[in-house]
Amino acid sequence: MNIDLNVIWFLLVGVLLTGYAMLDGFDLGVGALHLLTRTDEERRTMINAIGPVWDGNEVWLVTGGGALFAAFPMVYATVFSGFYLALVLLLVGLIFRAVAIEFRSKQEHAWWRQMWDVSFSASSILSSLLLGAALGNIAWGVPLDAHYEFAGTFLGLLHPYPLLVGVTTLALFMMHGSIYMVLKTEGAMHNKVRGWVNNAIIFFIICYALTTFTTLLYVPHMTETIKAHPIFFLLPVLNMLAIANIPREIYHGRDLRAFLSSCASMAALMALFGVGLFPNIVFSRPNPANSLTLYNAASSQKTLGIMLIIACIGVPLVLAYTASIYWVFRGRVRLDAHSY
Amino acid sequence: MDVLTLGRLQFAWTISFHYIFPPLTIGLGLILVVMEGMYLKTRSPVYHAMTRFWVRVFGLIFAIGVASGIVMEFQFGTNWAAYSRYVGDVFGSALAAEGIFAFFLESGFLAILLFGWDRVSPRMHFFSTVMVSLGSIFSALWIIVANSWQQTPAGFHIVQTAVGTRAEVTDFWQVVFNPSTVDRLSHVLVAAFQTGAFLVISVSAFYLLKKRHTDFAKASMKIALVVAIVASLLQLVTGDTSARLVARYQPAKLAAYEGIFPAAEPRAPLSLFGWVNESGQKVDFSVALPGMLSWLVYGDASKPVTGLDAFKPEDRPPVNIVFQTYHAMVGIGMALILISVLGVFFWWRKTLFEKGWFLKILVVAVVLPELANQLGWVSAEVGRQPWIVYGLLRTKDALSPVVTAGETLASLILFTFVYILLFALFIYLLDQKIKKGPVDADVIGEGHRA
Repeated sequence: MNIDLNVIWFLLVGVLLTGYAMLDGFDLGVGALHLLTRTDEERRTMINAIGPVWDGNEVWLVTGGGALFAAFPMVYATVFSGFYLALVLLLVGLIFRAVAIEFRSKQEHAWWRQMWDVSFSASSILSSLLLGAALGNIAWGVPLDAHYEFAGTFLGLLHPYPLLVGVTTLALFMMHGSIYMVLKTEGAMHNKVRGWVNNAIIFFIICYALTTFTTLLYVPHMTETIKAHPIFFLLPVLNMLAIANIPREIYHGRDLRAFLSSCASMAALMALFGVGLFPNIVFSRPNPANSLTLYNAASSQKTLGIMLIIACIGVPLVLAYTASIYWVFRGRVRLDAHSY
Repeated sequence: MDVLTLGRLQFAWTISFHYIFPPLTIGLGLILVVMEGMYLKTRSPVYHAMTRFWVRVFGLIFAIGVASGIVMEFQFGTNWAAYSRYVGDVFGSALAAEGIFAFFLESGFLAILLFGWDRVSPRMHFFSTVMVSLGSIFSALWIIVANSWQQTPAGFHIVQTAVGTRAEVTDFWQVVFNPSTVDRLSHVLVAAFQTGAFLVISVSAFYLLKKRHTDFAKASMKIALVVAIVASLLQLVTGDTSARLVARYQPAKLAAYEGIFPAAEPRAPLSLFGWVNESGQKVDFSVALPGMLSWLVYGDASKPVTGLDAFKPEDRPPVNIVFQTYHAMVGIGMALILISVLGVFFWWRKTLFEKGWFLKILVVAVVLPELANQLGWVSAEVGRQPWIVYGLLRTKDALSPVVTAGETLASLILFTFVYILLFALFIYLLDQKIKKGPVDADVIGEGHRA
């Protein structure tokens, strides 16, 4: 395999989506866990823990979409038009979520806050499920015709495998979000949240094991590269170690390390997904000849080169100020006059 | 309705709704830089209160802008897949660049603007305000690059691929600085500055009428009026160059702007208003200045302007809607100049803050730039029809082949419902923020680690 511009862009889009999973993953997870809290103060703590960063996190999805459009326009066009209704639902879910975060604490009425709390949690859960189900469909393969157009139906996208990946994604985000909340809370709430982490890990491990077995049994093309190049077995091993490390770090009270461990397991999972897919981006099932690959779906070499320059200038800047903003807002949540 | 009409309706609806907000954040962002800069320079509590208050309003507008903006990033793929395949090589780069250079900058530093008062020094806070304002301007830059390329494509060639033709970049800088980018960007940015300024003017006028927060309102009004008059007069210049550019590169659009039908009309008139009679090929009820259009375009009143008859019927935009929206935009532009000049005149006569009738006009004037923005975009985009990329790809050939009319109708209904809800909430919360006004904590500069 040569490392050419197409491979670099396959990796870069992967990096953007991994960044999205690590960042928006925790705030979607916090949303999914939101209704486990009872008092208004706890709920405000949940929302304010992600308050300063959630919209920045969503920018990773927007930029991932933009990068996909620029680097692999065929994929952008085929997947988004093919997954039409699912994507519209995701967009509506994300809008509702943004609105719920923004508006929840603007009124004192209990019914008002309860309404937005439910919206916030439901839209977070829906968005996580849909994102996971989309990945699941890409992994399973989607029917494409000779023009690389989607040849399936909306209901065809909802078969068990993508739904399982959807639930696994939700579990992953809940685990990630619960660890994030451990970092952001203190006192009684902190102890309560600590209890969530172990349950979330168990939930995730069950889903993950199911997904792995199903993939091995029913989605053989996702494991071919790994079988051909055993070095990639390191990825699932790394993933298991990272997950196993989370309860250990939590037990020792090293919460930040637990969070980083969770990030590492996400990166390993995304890498596994990428390795399985390579060199396809959208695997065509039942007719693999119609698959969109990182060559037949890509923009011209010229554009990929220009975009690489843009990425080399832009990405370090983005990482620098993302890091500084997380640094500025480090530490536990304290509710004050500027809070949601 | 067919899928083309529904797809266009959905795009028009989602983009129009979204575009209520970006001009406000771009304009208000600039004004915030001025306000907070004044605070750092003078340390006067009133500037501190202003920055605090307007940052809160900015945050609300920004949130709705983000929520409605995500849809735009994906809609090219969902509904316009053929377009996305055709232009992805060129157009996708601009969208990706917008994400990397603009959105991260805006959303990241906005966190400090809204929540960082007690966490960073006043200088760092000011720096963040500057970055947010820059981010919003960069975002305008890249999206105007993308849209201008649709109007005046450059720096590309057409390549045959396995599944059809597509445009590929040959010269990136020609794509970025295609013939219309600079003029259209300046026109859009100046309009955004007007929009932000008139929001501040409107709220300040409201406080003055109610005799609340009067020092705060007077100081806000002064800054905004300066921005408003400079921007409104500048808009004459950018509007003029933009129109001449349209005459040169998109003559069918210019002919629709003014309802010119003869293939080459010498002494082409400029209508002040009218109603285009398409079957009769003339403009009814019009008051027109003969030769004025020729003079504005070529500096020579006798030089002929290309009319719609020079184009095959299938290559012409719908005329009346372009004519009406364009004229309404220009009319509003003139009204904004009049209002700004009067405002500055009364300010100079020291009567501005007592003139009740004029303050009442100022309160409602905020809808004028918003309307002009929408009307201007309608005339620019409908005037480009039947092309989605001028001269290259027709709108009817740009749809997603796999998306049905039923699906589009379902999503359109969903977006309509969600956006109406969103807008009602926005107005309600904005109203609450304005009624609450600047609070004491804003004035004394509490919490600054200075």
